Amino acid sequence: MLADFNLRIIFEYLPLFLTGLRSTFFISAVSIFLALIAGTIACACRISSIKLLKYPAIAYIEIIRSTPLLVQIYFLYFGLPTLGIRVPEIQTGIIALMLNSGAYIAEIIRAGITSVDDGQIEAGVASGLNYFQRMRFIILPQALGATVPPLLGQSIVLVKDSALLSLISVMELTRVGQTMTSERFMPTEAFLTVAFFYMCIYFCLKALADWSQRKLIYREAY
Amino acid sequence: MMAFYFSRLVEIFPFFLKGLWMTSQIAFISLFTCTLLGFVLGILRSGKNKILKWIIGVYVSFVRGTPFVVQIFIVFFILPEWGIQLKAFPAALLAMAIMGSAFICEIVAGGINAISKGQWEAGTASGLTLIQQLRLVIVPQAMKVILPPLVGQYVLLIKDTSVVSVIGVMELTRVGWVTVVRIPEGLMVFSLVGALYFVISYPLILLSNYLERRMAI
Repeated sequence: MLADFNLRIIFEYLPLFLTGLRSTFFISAVSIFLALIAGTIACACRISSIKLLKYPAIAYIEIIRSTPLLVQIYFLYFGLPTLGIRVPEIQTGIIALMLNSGAYIAEIIRAGITSVDDGQIEAGVASGLNYFQRMRFIILPQALGATVPPLLGQSIVLVKDSALLSLISVMELTRVGQTMTSERFMPTEAFLTVAFFYMCIYFCLKALADWSQRKLIYREAY
Repeated sequence: MMAFYFSRLVEIFPFFLKGLWMTSQIAFISLFTCTLLGFVLGILRSGKNKILKWIIGVYVSFVRGTPFVVQIFIVFFILPEWGIQLKAFPAALLAMAIMGSAFICEIVAGGINAISKGQWEAGTASGLTLIQQLRLVIVPQAMKVILPPLVGQYVLLIKDTSVVSVIGVMELTRVGWVTVVRIPEGLMVFSLVGALYFVISYPLILLSNYLERRMAI
């Protein structure tokens, strides 16, 4: 019961929890950065009129979106060695998170770009701006504003998804909870602490997402 | 070698179908309970009772703020500490219900809040009771806002059933995990697993896209 909640053991494991937390931070930050790049490229291919780019991008996005992340992680974790590629678990996990988030980010960016009204683009054409000028002065400033809140939302999803890397034995936050449970059999203390740390990250990112959303609505009002 | 593994995979294919069946069961039961619970919680959350709203808000924040796998571990490992012993299958269903209903609750509350106050007032003026207002006036209109994200949420829930493999439920992902130990052909095994998930999820994704387009007009 909660009455026998053992605080001392949490303090004993605190250094390990902090290592796990750092690992979760590191994995999430690297993955979201790479996913932004992958997503931008995928989106560029997706909206291009060149079929050789467009259809592979559609296939990538749809396959990722209709299969579970855990299956994608296992696909790489068990699949790469059969191709003779040996990468450490943490890299495998980061690649999986990058590929997974990249597909969602591609759709977020695409939604941002298509949210820019056609009239805006026509006005740009009428003003004699060329394609790059239209992108730089008209489409991107508006599209980026619309993509920031959902991108922050995707970052929240990614942080939580990184917990699945514990299943391929990456020593991140959730894995620390599992380790503590198997060593001391104190699951209540272990997993409530883990949950507490995730909640802290969640509230920080959510505050940031809400703030950016408010900022955008404020800007739109003008 | 590849060909040999392929023929073995064909041999144990029925095993995968069993996993698919288990996944479908978990998915079906979860979608049902999550929708039911989610609607009840969502209606309460959009209501007037402040204490209830606050409690549901805390619950939703907890579910949204922590990874599903941690929630499964909490249900599976912590409940026994409190004297509630659950087997893997019911524990998986319980975790899915806790997680899914929180997300659906948010969707439903958002849909109901999108309906203008005048509709409630019109309902009151017509002499409808609160339940009648909800059933006849508010929910039918809110469904337009609720339905597209709800179907999208169903896709996420179906995919999330893969995570219950961690507590040993023999569903699709677990079958893949067990197979890959005996047939070390990870790409093949998990392509097959992925393809089977695709078969269930993709039609729902198309449905969700279709609803989004239709409701937008």
